[in-house]
Amino acid sequence: MFGPTLDRYAAPKFFYPLAGRLVPWLGTLAAALLLLGATWGLVLAPADYQQGDSYRIIFIHVPAAWLSMLTYMVMAGGAFVFLVWRMKLADMLAKCCAPLGAAFTALTLVTGSLWGKPMWGTWWAWDARLTSELVLLFLYLGVIALRGAIEEPQRAGRATALLTLVGVVNIPIIHFSVDWWNTLHQPASLTRLDGPAIHPAMLTPLLLMIAGFTVYFVAVLLQRMRCEILERERDARWLVELDAP
Amino acid sequence: MIVQVFRRELLLAWRRPGDTLLPLAFFVIVGSLFPLGVGAEPALLHAIGPGVVWIAAVLATLLGLPRLFAADQHSGALEQLLLSPTPLALLVGAKITAQWLTCGLPLALAAPVLALAFGLNFADLAVLLAGLLLGTPLLYLLGAISAALTLGLRGGGALLGLLVLPLYVPVLIFGAGAVQAAAQGFGAGANLSLLAAMLVLATVFAPWAAAAALRISLD
Amino acid sequence: MTEFLAMGGYGAYVWPCYALAVLVLGLNAWLPWRRHRRLDRQRHTRPVE
Repeated sequence: MFGPTLDRYAAPKFFYPLAGRLVPWLGTLAAALLLLGATWGLVLAPADYQQGDSYRIIFIHVPAAWLSMLTYMVMAGGAFVFLVWRMKLADMLAKCCAPLGAAFTALTLVTGSLWGKPMWGTWWAWDARLTSELVLLFLYLGVIALRGAIEEPQRAGRATALLTLVGVVNIPIIHFSVDWWNTLHQPASLTRLDGPAIHPAMLTPLLLMIAGFTVYFVAVLLQRMRCEILERERDARWLVELDAP
Repeated sequence: MIVQVFRRELLLAWRRPGDTLLPLAFFVIVGSLFPLGVGAEPALLHAIGPGVVWIAAVLATLLGLPRLFAADQHSGALEQLLLSPTPLALLVGAKITAQWLTCGLPLALAAPVLALAFGLNFADLAVLLAGLLLGTPLLYLLGAISAALTLGLRGGGALLGLLVLPLYVPVLIFGAGAVQAAAQGFGAGANLSLLAAMLVLATVFAPWAAAAALRISLD
Repeated sequence: MTEFLAMGGYGAYVWPCYALAVLVLGLNAWLPWRRHRRLDRQRHTRPVE
């Protein structure tokens, strides 16, 4: 339906070994990017003239925020494919995305809070971005909770897929409304969480970290999907034949 | 068939006044908890009033949502609806409308009474009422999707709440925001228009999504 | 070195962030790897029907 090649790899039978070959490479690449980016960001990049060294938190906070959104989009893509074309692998993709996305979102929130404390003096600031991230966390928790509450796998997959799609449609609306709310109630002295425009010397480590997080995401997602395949397909013939001599 | 479903819902609600009165009582109680929790200083209450009334309305709505499909599921009437030649989305729409009329509308009408206790003046009360008249159908439309998804699950009401509350965030923001904007002299037009736009979108899409969710839950 | 650790006075905020990132990324990488090993082992020790 997507063409013979994609159809072929969409079957767990072919996806499993392919993913197995990709994961070590992607993992190594991710580690290299993250190590390079973090070192650059912590050591080589100059201190910000307004925020001093505390701005270095963005090298964690921004990639985590970016990944929290990307993961939801990937999850929504999987949900859509599963609902429309009933591709099992798509459901596995969506299932594996949810806890990852929640982890990225939680990381975004905590680092955002730790960044905000020296800037604004409070552990939590109800600024638009953080509040949107908080709602995103609730969306992830909802998907995870719903899947956990349904015992029949078919219903669980389809119900969470529908919920994910309802969520993805609402995310722009929620984001817009939180922005709206924030401009109404924003105290005059509040500065934006990302401060002035990014200095070029700070941009490279940031891009490295975003790339590193993204490659990491793909690697971990593939590995999780391999586990999921092993669990769901445990009685499948191709699995038994996989290591037959 | 649609009219039949609609009339049946109204009849059932008429026979069980508790279905209407209980959320109303809950609404007033929850609203009353706020002054007890934060203190009764008039300026503070005036400031939090719109938000409190809206939050209490949201929680009271949540209370009634499981009833949208649960009773019919127990009696087997829900399966009948799925087999009917009439599009399920329209039947679901009829159920939602009926429940709004019997639970949501009374809630919206009772809200100004609660809001008086927070010191809102009459002009603000009118904006509050308008917002809730637009907002409560929205709450039921969105809530129906969640109710259909969580049909028969353990953890029921709490799970339903967790799933739907993020979707309620914009409704709360624009609804309470309308009153706050009016109180500050900016006019409630923008907020109320946004609520109206959301209501139109939800009227078109939510029954369809809820119907899809019902099929997923019952197949 | 102490200057580096102090992070201009913000050390107490910066380092926990990086530590948390290491923890989150590390756990999310380690847990599936461990689970896969366990499933693989189970698969091979299962009697073939």
